[in-house]
Formats: sequence, C-alpha cells, structure tokens
Amino acid sequence: MNHWIVAPVALPALVAAFIVLAARFDLLLQRTFSIAATAALAAIALGLLLLAADGTPRAYLLGNWPAPFGIVLVLDRLSALMLVLTQLLALAVVLYAASGWDRQGRHFHALFQFQLMGVNGAFLTGDIFNLFVFFEVLLIASYGLFLHGAGAARLVTGFKYVTVNLLASTLFLFAVGTIYAVTGTLNMADLAVKASQVGPEQVGLLRTGVALLLVVFAVKAALVPLHLWLPGTYGVACAPVAALFAIMTKVGAYAILRVHLVVFGGEGSPAAGLVEPWVVPAAVVTLLLGTIGLLAARTVQRLAAFSVVASMGTLLLALAMPGPAATAATLYYLLHSTLAAAALFLLADLVAERRGPVRDTLVAAPAFPQLDLLAGGFLLAAIATAGLPPLSGFLGKLWILDTLRAHPAWPWLWATILGTSLLSLLAFARAGSLLFWKAVAIAPPPAGDPPPRARPVLPLVATGAIVALPVLLAAFAGPIARGLEATAAQLHERTGYVEAVLGPRPLARAAER
Amino acid sequence: MELLVASGVGVLTAVGVYLCLRGRTFPVVLGLSFLSYAVNVFLFATGRLVVGRPPIVDPAAPGYTDPLPQALVLTAIVISFGMTALVVVLALRGFLEAGSDHVDGREPGAEGRR
Repeated sequence: MNHWIVAPVALPALVAAFIVLAARFDLLLQRTFSIAATAALAAIALGLLLLAADGTPRAYLLGNWPAPFGIVLVLDRLSALMLVLTQLLALAVVLYAASGWDRQGRHFHALFQFQLMGVNGAFLTGDIFNLFVFFEVLLIASYGLFLHGAGAARLVTGFKYVTVNLLASTLFLFAVGTIYAVTGTLNMADLAVKASQVGPEQVGLLRTGVALLLVVFAVKAALVPLHLWLPGTYGVACAPVAALFAIMTKVGAYAILRVHLVVFGGEGSPAAGLVEPWVVPAAVVTLLLGTIGLLAARTVQRLAAFSVVASMGTLLLALAMPGPAATAATLYYLLHSTLAAAALFLLADLVAERRGPVRDTLVAAPAFPQLDLLAGGFLLAAIATAGLPPLSGFLGKLWILDTLRAHPAWPWLWATILGTSLLSLLAFARAGSLLFWKAVAIAPPPAGDPPPRARPVLPLVATGAIVALPVLLAAFAGPIARGLEATAAQLHERTGYVEAVLGPRPLARAAER
Repeated sequence: MELLVASGVGVLTAVGVYLCLRGRTFPVVLGLSFLSYAVNVFLFATGRLVVGRPPIVDPAAPGYTDPLPQALVLTAIVISFGMTALVVVLALRGFLEAGSDHVDGREPGAEGRR
C-alpha cells in the first residue's frame, strides 16, 4: 500500500487543526502554514498523477481492514487528475487571499484547509457513505468560507445555501440507505459487482436509490431545476471563496461520473441508463438559462456566477453521452471551465477593488490603475469562457460537438451550444467594453484624488497564473487529450477499479455464481 | 411493526417537507430537523427490523441485527445535530442584520431590494 494516497486528506486535516489550535491569533503564521501546506499538497498531487499514469488503480485500505468491510480510498487516473486540478486552483486562491481577504474574518485558512480535505476526500474515496461524509466536510467548511466577511446579504443568502445543501444531504442519506437495503454493501467496487446480482423484485428499489443519488449530485452540479442556489451564492461570496467554489460544482459532475458510470453503469447493471434520458434535456435548459443570466447580469461577479451555470450545462451535456470519447471531452471541458470561472471571479474582484464606489457593477466609470493589464486578463478569460479560438474553451466545445454527433437530436444540441456561445460572447463583449473601453473615454475626476498607494503584487500573480492555465491547456492540448483519453478508457473498463479493491476476478466470479 | 415504522418515516418526512416550504426561517429550521429525524429512522430500518438481537458478537445470541446502519445513523445524527445548531445561529444573525425573519431577508411586499 502506498501511503501517499491518504496524504491529500490527512495533511490538510492536520494543518487545519494546527492552525486553529496553535496559530489562531497570528495571521502571518496562518498564512505561512496554509500556503506551505497547499504547495506541498500540489506537489503530492502531481506525484500521485505520475503514479497513476501507469494505468493501474490503487486501493488504500484505511486501518488495513480488508475491503469491502473497511473503508477504502482509490487512486486512479481520474481521481489523480481531479486532485491536481483542485490543488492548482487552491494554490492560486490561497495566494490571492493572503494579500488581504483573509483578514476580513477569522479562521479563513483553517476553513480553507478543511475545504481542501473534503474535496480531496470526495475525489479519492471508494465508499459511498464515505462520499457522503466528505461531502459534509466540504460543505461545512464551505458554509464557513461563504460567510467569511459576513454582511446582511451573505447571511440571508447563506441561510438558503445551507438549507438547500442540508436538504440535499438528507436526500443523499435516503438514497444511500435505499441502496444499502437492496445490496447490503456501501463499497463502490462491491456495489458494482452486487448491482448486477439484484433480484428482479428489488430492481425498482435499487433504481429509485440510484435516481435519488443523481438528484443529489445534480444539486451540487447546479443542473436545472436545481441550480437556483448557485448564482446568488457565487454572486455574493468573497472573491477568493467564489473562485474556490468553481471546483465544487465539478465535485457533483465527478460524482455522477464515478457513481453512475463506474459503479452502476456496467453492462447488465439494472441501474444503468438513468443518466442520459434525464440529464441531456436538463443540461440543455441549464445552458440556455445560464446564458440568459449572463446577458442579464449587472455585476462582473454575477456574470462569472452565471458563466458557471452555463458551463455546467455544456459539461453535463457531454457527460451524459455514453462512451469513452464523450467522457474524455467532458474531462477536458471540466479542466477548462473550472480554471476559466476561477479566473473570472478573481478578475472581477481586482477590477472592483480598483474602480472604487461603483465596484464591479456594469456601468461606465473613469479609468483606474493597471487598466491595460486587467483588460488583457479579462480578454483572455472571456475568450476562454465564451469558447473562441485559440484558447481551451474553443477546443473543449469543439471536442464536445464532435462527440454529440452520436446523439439522435444532435442538430438541436449543436444549435444550442453554438447559439449560447454567441450570446455569451455578446455578454462578455458588453462587459469588457463597459469596464475598459468606456473607462478610457471618461476623464478621471479632477485633482484632489489621493496619491496612488502601493498595490500588492501577489493577487496579480495569482490571477495571472489562473488566466495562464487555460492558455497552457490549449497549447499542450495534444498530450493532455491523450492523457484524458487514457483516463476515460480506464474509467469505462471498470474491471481494473473493481479488482484493485476486491482482488482478482470478482466480476467473473459473480457471473459464474 | 413495519407499518408503524414506515408510516412514522412517512409522516415525519411529510411534516418536514411542508415546514421547509414555509416562508419564515424558524419553520424551515424545524422542517430540516424533522427531515433529519425521518432519515435517521429510515436508515435504522435499512438493516431490516429485528427485535432483541445483539449487533456485536455474542456466543449465546440466537441471531444478530445489522450493526452497520446503527453506525451510519450515529454519523448522521452527529452531522445533523451540528448543522441544526449552525442553521439556527445563521437564521438569528440573518434576522438581526436584515431586520426580517423572512427567508428572502425582507418582508413580502416591502419596497425596494435588500
């Protein structure tokens, strides 16, 4: 057993506890430990990605209890990829927050580390109840982070956010209970084996449980009609938190991939085939509503929030398609949309901070310092989000369009994706021209303004790194795509995952019985 | 007994869903509590209803009850208890800061946006 597999969960848990207990009153110490831990996590995640690149999934038995009785963590290509994405995003966000945002309330860094622990755990776990626990860990930390900085708007929206997620958690428990009652196991690999042996009189119950799980993950992934919590939440959270939350919708998408594709998606599984008929129409509506929201947004942060909704629509449309090619396209778009959304949230905050009283409202206002730099960053992020060449949004959407040809209604799906891309381009062009071009035309207020104060350079570096990642994603699209195709193939092959957890040939043995 | 447990879960869930759809924060908090009670009883029943049997090894026992749902319920109780405390504090702070206990943060029909 390779003990590095548990490090992405154990390290942030230890660091968070240490920060709360020992460094509660020393912000510098908190920042040092938080940044160092996140950097170490990024290195560990890259190491795990290299480890997983040989194509064998690895199981980690917690407490060395044999599966399926104990809890397992499983490292395969997909979980390693998600870990790397999370850690890169987290590193940029913690650097950004360390220049001032973390001073607005207490325990930012401790909550941040707990959030990382929950997200990493959700990506690694091989047990469906454990998935619930890690969802709770990441949600509880996210409640704290969301309320960071407080204010009436955040408290009122926070109540709704917490309520929606508590309802989803309750539904998660009902689903897990139903699945356990039918199969007698909670281990994902064991479920994949047992699902095909469920007697005909219990198939309905199993399908109900799996469908309930799909609803829970759809809440996390902001699929219409369960998306209503997202724009308000992401629109009022403080900027680094909103940027970190860009990964949270992807946790929902990951869970659908893992549970509905790997665990219940096998041939002969009575719970297979639930995703496509439900998710495809819902994803189309998500995409449309998200784009309408983009056009109606009145602040840059809400623009970014609705771009998350729209991108989840595109993502889930591809995710619902069967076959490894569609999964590979989904993963590429997942990488891209997480980074692009985070870049937009951070840019919105940088612009808001410099524009003074109008903040990031979409009205013309006088020019502000570092306008050229931010305009360049916004241009890149907008191009990436709207899906114009040459950045990763274009490649991702092109790949998704290519895989959608397998769907009988593909002309309609193509029309939706291309039409909404055009509309989102309009929304971003309007925002960019209001923020940057019209600002140049308006004379700055007459003298008497205070001397320019030194601006911290760290937020610009962090935002620059996040903006540069979609560029790299496009520049190295070839090697990345090959890696993602291998990831998708491993995911659809399934036996490797099951055998890593349960030992050799459990699927075949189950079939013989 | 099956009828009693099943209808208990059903009634608790119905009450919880009804209260969660109310417009004030306090009924919503109560509704969340009712739903968590419902799911706890439901989880308990997923290991099948067994009376008077031990969950852990006992040589004299004629049979066993499934111990796993009991562990799951314990986890669920801890989480839902903590979350109820959090959501109560959140509702109170929201009421104090926004001046209204409506879930939208303002009285229905009140002028202007919050």
